[in-house]
Amino acid sequence: MNTALQKVDQRKAHITLRVNGEEVEVSFAPYKTLLEVLREELDLTGTKHGCELGECGACAVLVDGEPLLSCLKLALECDGASIETVEGLAEGPELHPLQAAFSDHGGSQCGYCTPGVLMTAKGLLDREPNPSRERIKEALSGNLCRCTGYQQIVDSVADAARTLRERGVKA
Amino acid sequence: MMRLPWFQYQRPASVAEAARMLAAEGPRGMLIAGGTDLLPNMKRRQQTPATLISLSRVEGLKKITNGSGLTLGAGLTLTEVVGTGAVREKYRGLWQAAAQVASPHLRNMGTLGGNLCLDTRCNYYNQNEEWREAIGYCMKKEGKTCWVATASKRCLAVSSTDTAPALIALDAKVRLVSAAGERELALASLYNNDGINYITRKPDEILTEVVLPQLDGWSSTYWKLRRRGSFDFPLLGVAAAARMAPDGSVLEARVVLGAVSSQPLPLAKASEFLVGKKLNDEVIAEAGVLAASRAKPMDNTDLDVYWRKEVVPSFVGYALREIRGDDMRAMRMRISRQAL
Amino acid sequence: MSTAKRLDVIGHARRRVDGREKVTGQLRYADDMKLPRMLHMKLLRSSHPHALIEAIDTARAQAYPGVHLVLTGKDFPVPFGIMPVAQDEYPLAPEHVRYVGDPLAAVVATDEQTASAALQLIEVKYKPLPTIATPEEALAQPEVRIHDYTDVGNIHRNQAFEFGDVEEALSKSDHVFEDLFFYEGDNHMAMEQHASLARAEGEGKLTLWSSTQDPHYLHRQLARVLQMPAAHIRVIACDNGGGFGGKCDPAGHEFVVSKAALMLGRPVKICLTREEVFYLHRGRHPVLMKFRTGVTKDGKLTGMHLQTLLDGGAYGSHGPASTFYTGVLTPLTYELPRFKFDACRVFTNKPACGPKRGHGTPQPRFGQEVQLDKIAEMLKRDPAELRLNMVTQANSLTASWLKIGSNGLAECIRQVVAGSGWKQKHGKLPQGRGVGIACGSYMCGAGVSIYWNKMPHSGVQLALDRSGQVTVFCGATEIGQGSDDVLAAIVAETLGISTKEVRCITGDTGITPIDLGSYSSRVTIMMGNAALQAAGRARDMIVTAVAEQLEVLPESVVLSRGRVFAAGDAAKSMSFAEAVVYAESKFGTLGTVGSYTPPKPPGKFKAAGVGPSPAYSFSACVVEVEVDEHTGWINVPKVWIAHDIGRALNPVLARGQVIGGVYMGLGEALMEEQVFRRLPPKLSSALVHKIPSLLEYKSITSLDMPEVEVMLVEDPDPNCPFGAKEVGQGPLLPVMPAVANAIFDAVGVRIDEVPLTPEKVLRALHLKREGKNPRVGPERFPDVPYPEPTFVLPPGEGGDGNESKMAKRADRVMERSAS
Ligand SMILES: Cc1cc2nc3c(=O)[nH]c(=O)nc-3n(C[C@H](O)[C@H](O)[C@H](O)COP(=O)(O)OP(=O)(O)OC[C@H]3O[C@@H](n4cnc5c(N)ncnc54)[C@H](O)[C@@H]3O)c2cc1C
Ligand code: SF4
Ligand code: FES
Ligand code: FES
Repeated sequence: MNTALQKVDQRKAHITLRVNGEEVEVSFAPYKTLLEVLREELDLTGTKHGCELGECGACAVLVDGEPLLSCLKLALECDGASIETVEGLAEGPELHPLQAAFSDHGGSQCGYCTPGVLMTAKGLLDREPNPSRERIKEALSGNLCRCTGYQQIVDSVADAARTLRERGVKA
Repeated sequence: MMRLPWFQYQRPASVAEAARMLAAEGPRGMLIAGGTDLLPNMKRRQQTPATLISLSRVEGLKKITNGSGLTLGAGLTLTEVVGTGAVREKYRGLWQAAAQVASPHLRNMGTLGGNLCLDTRCNYYNQNEEWREAIGYCMKKEGKTCWVATASKRCLAVSSTDTAPALIALDAKVRLVSAAGERELALASLYNNDGINYITRKPDEILTEVVLPQLDGWSSTYWKLRRRGSFDFPLLGVAAAARMAPDGSVLEARVVLGAVSSQPLPLAKASEFLVGKKLNDEVIAEAGVLAASRAKPMDNTDLDVYWRKEVVPSFVGYALREIRGDDMRAMRMRISRQAL
Repeated sequence: MSTAKRLDVIGHARRRVDGREKVTGQLRYADDMKLPRMLHMKLLRSSHPHALIEAIDTARAQAYPGVHLVLTGKDFPVPFGIMPVAQDEYPLAPEHVRYVGDPLAAVVATDEQTASAALQLIEVKYKPLPTIATPEEALAQPEVRIHDYTDVGNIHRNQAFEFGDVEEALSKSDHVFEDLFFYEGDNHMAMEQHASLARAEGEGKLTLWSSTQDPHYLHRQLARVLQMPAAHIRVIACDNGGGFGGKCDPAGHEFVVSKAALMLGRPVKICLTREEVFYLHRGRHPVLMKFRTGVTKDGKLTGMHLQTLLDGGAYGSHGPASTFYTGVLTPLTYELPRFKFDACRVFTNKPACGPKRGHGTPQPRFGQEVQLDKIAEMLKRDPAELRLNMVTQANSLTASWLKIGSNGLAECIRQVVAGSGWKQKHGKLPQGRGVGIACGSYMCGAGVSIYWNKMPHSGVQLALDRSGQVTVFCGATEIGQGSDDVLAAIVAETLGISTKEVRCITGDTGITPIDLGSYSSRVTIMMGNAALQAAGRARDMIVTAVAEQLEVLPESVVLSRGRVFAAGDAAKSMSFAEAVVYAESKFGTLGTVGSYTPPKPPGKFKAAGVGPSPAYSFSACVVEVEVDEHTGWINVPKVWIAHDIGRALNPVLARGQVIGGVYMGLGEALMEEQVFRRLPPKLSSALVHKIPSLLEYKSITSLDMPEVEVMLVEDPDPNCPFGAKEVGQGPLLPVMPAVANAIFDAVGVRIDEVPLTPEKVLRALHLKREGKNPRVGPERFPDVPYPEPTFVLPPGEGGDGNESKMAKRADRVMERSAS
């Protein structure tokens, strides 16, 4: 029962990650999940947590482009992976269209679910530039939000998708 | 923050190496694939392996072989399974089941193999250590009594995998590999009706692939009951597959229930009953009643236990009507809250 | 200057002032804080629902490597409680634990993992006591005492009020409806789990960063419990990741981290796990209700007798207020000449209930609105028409002495009726589909503070300097509702600048003037009025200085869009910053203050302070449902809601609040429940939260959420800043009864109980098929020893707002002895 007291090797683990485009090396207690390493070792506290059991989506980040739950991802398994967090979403001083849309259209109230929602939405729009409202709701169905009732989140994602498409046409 | 206990970590590169490590660790070791079942259980101290043997870098577990039938590597994520054209087109029941597991993020992480080996669930058991201490634990871990049925000699925790019933209806087999050798067995035989010893996989075996037979002329479907359109484990799964004659009469059928027992429940009687009949409303209703007589939901998941039993015929009905070719899209939206 | 100035900021859709921080991950919630040498704390919680602590041995934990401190109840001799009359809780229980999860010891260590490991080494010897799981048990077993300060058994609060002779009114009514309803408890489930970080500073001073909605009340309680001068304590409310009332009570861990930091001289942090949040709770009270309501045959209410029984859980919390709120706001929506309510709150061995969005009022609102639907059905009247025919009027007094100011309820009803196509739908949709309507009303801030005082409820301070920068200080707390945005908008509008030019410093008892907190929908109105005053004073200084400089009359000076100019003379114009320079030159360093105290309540009887508010919001909601007759499965395809907001300061945020309220109401209507499990008593005395997790405590996901059509009714209220009333809580209220009424319209069954689950619907459908009363809901109301009511004559019957101890009393005693 007293598992925390088991005699185990308590040496630190060491991995290399690419976080928001930058290579970082990090040492950490090997029981830590990606969530804990991001927040506690790399001070990237933008990624949130609401349950740490896979039940809320607050901790969602992109790992090699895919939205995953950092609370259920062993940091050990991320060696060499490319991680995108909310801190890396803006391009310099310019907000990513998703960020702009969320702050303009009510997609973020208390803001606590927002990083997870934004990264999940980015994962969606990177693959599907023109999702229907239904598709947006499906893609975000692993992110609980307690404030917005989701409607303005969906509005925001749809708006950002439009902006991104228009930019794509211009470019 | 809920945190994992300390553990040792090994990362083999091949199935053979993984099998050797698993054999060497014995019961102290556990495989980790996506970790979406195991890690929450470890954080709650339900499962406390001393060593995790990771399948993340094991070669070959993501193979998809499209010959006669279809072979799916156990390491495919559920998202990858859903994205496989052959699954969507020919094994629709599996596609629908996989698409309804957990949430999009969890499907990006969770694997097919992990889904088939998923620990049984019970809301006296899927709780933090402190909570379980407050009830004096239970038979499945560290305690003596089964609180769901205190007279029960066995644990009644629920088989909660969505893909297993769908795959059993599709007559799937699984390949198990250990340091000692390998074997293939019908997926249905992978399970026991026992919440503790729910799986016949030996502790040193690795599930490497799922083998689906060629199923020309079959149609299949999966209906899932859960409170919400996302996250929730099944409270009832109905998988059905059938091959029909041109006149609409059933030549072969398999109906399997999920989440109403400690194992996926193939319904031999109801399936046989359908053979030779046309799927008219009366036949469907009768099959539903037959199915319900086998379902033994327990008061250890969400929603009222009597109600869960009572709606079995309706859900069997949705499945058989879909097989018959009815347009079930509106009902699907109401039940699953997404188009499938 | 002209007051009818065009509004530049107010009423326009705008990016919220804190929008950027929220989408970039810059915003620091309490658990995001990290300080040098910071230690971590975990709490040991009771594994018994009710027990005496015979002994605690912490020696092994203390000796565990990495442990810095172990604290127990004996380190905290002073109890706390948000309400002065309910100081019944200790940061760590010293000798008596009252629910599974009651904290009793704490370990501070180098990291959480170490602290958790050490917790397991603490040995506690319990002496189990009999447990109370329900209000019925609490009443039936007074000898099991959860607290010993109560007068009678486990009754925490017991009160009764009668406004006019209700029995007489009922006896003269054409019909009297008697109905029982039950509303299950539920949790706020804010996405952010409570966290606190404490740091000792200077000479024995303390700073606490915390996820709290009410830093001011926390501040007072910290001084009390830690026995320190309040002036040595600074509480900083971090932006909350959602509150909904769950972060209003001071929480045990806030005291314990503070004490630990003071003792160790190092920063100490704690973040609760989700399970612990369910134990801290303070969520919606489960309430059993009985309504006896008289109506005339043409559909007017004559009188109502409402009785409520609240399951309070193990501690007082906001209970005294919650108990009142299950009655007092009932008369706001419909003309009700006489009203009586009896309310009783009891203790049980479960986590304490408290304030959640709508505090105490969603429960009776559910009963009242469902009962009205039954009344309409019986009188064969359209439920929307019936309501329209009896709505309260603007500028009126209710029988219970609440003063209603502006009132857009009728307009709300008209708009949802039109918007939803009600007339084509109600009673006319095919079997299995239906629509339901309900209304609600809520306070714009409680008229009195939680502790008695004559000081303002909100204060704002404004600093301006020659750079043109404007900084506004206020104790109000941003919990996601957008209070910083309201603050910035009001200041910006008044000074004719953009919100981007306003820096908000809020929720910090060390540097911001006091605001009582983010509860009771009080911030927009109270902070807003204070801000209006402060900004108005600053504007006057600028106007005076600029008028002098430009040699124009002060009346002609306009502040708009970053310019200060003379109306009608384009040449006489300067930037806002230049204007501030003139003002600073003339007046010296610039700073203004504003404050707000709500008007005195019209009622004068004891407890007349609960319920009055400077203004009330109103809402009406139509919900459409589809119900499967074979399974009882419920689907909600669409919701229409109209909310009388007075004025929407920022329509994007206002709509967001409305939709969020509908979302939370739908969750309560359909699935959310904080429920408990007892094991077979012969084998175990356990009494545990059934589902303390986000997976099993069900909340609506994006796929379950219907489209919501929002209609904002804007009829500015003179008591409110720019006319703006509340929007944070009111829109939740009508949702649950509208769903229940829609289910009736769809399949003809009544579910008089929240949540409305498919299982209950199917049970009612079976009853219907068997020709029985197609209703599922509570069957009996226990005997509650309510006290003799405080009798107050309603305004319409010549009352003066005082308790009246006249003849009426004697009549009643005689009636009672006769019966
Ligand atoms: C909030 C939440 C909701 C969920 N909802 C659902 C749901 O609706 N339906 C559902 O079916 N599941 C659900 N799950 C469970 C889980 O996400 C899925 O079942 C997933 O497919 C498990 O796969 P995995 O790879 O993550 O398994 P892991 O956690 O890695 O492993 C699960 C178990 O299988 C063993 N194992 C894994 N791979 C192998 C292998 N190749 N050979 C032998 N043993 C192996 C592991 O040792 C472990 O015991 C949910 C989980 C969460 C956290
Ligand atoms: S079914 Fe019984 S033994 Fe099994 S996990 Fe649940 S309570 Fe424990
Ligand atoms: S923290 Fe809730 S899913 Fe990861
Ligand atoms: S904005 Fe608060 S939880 Fe989503």
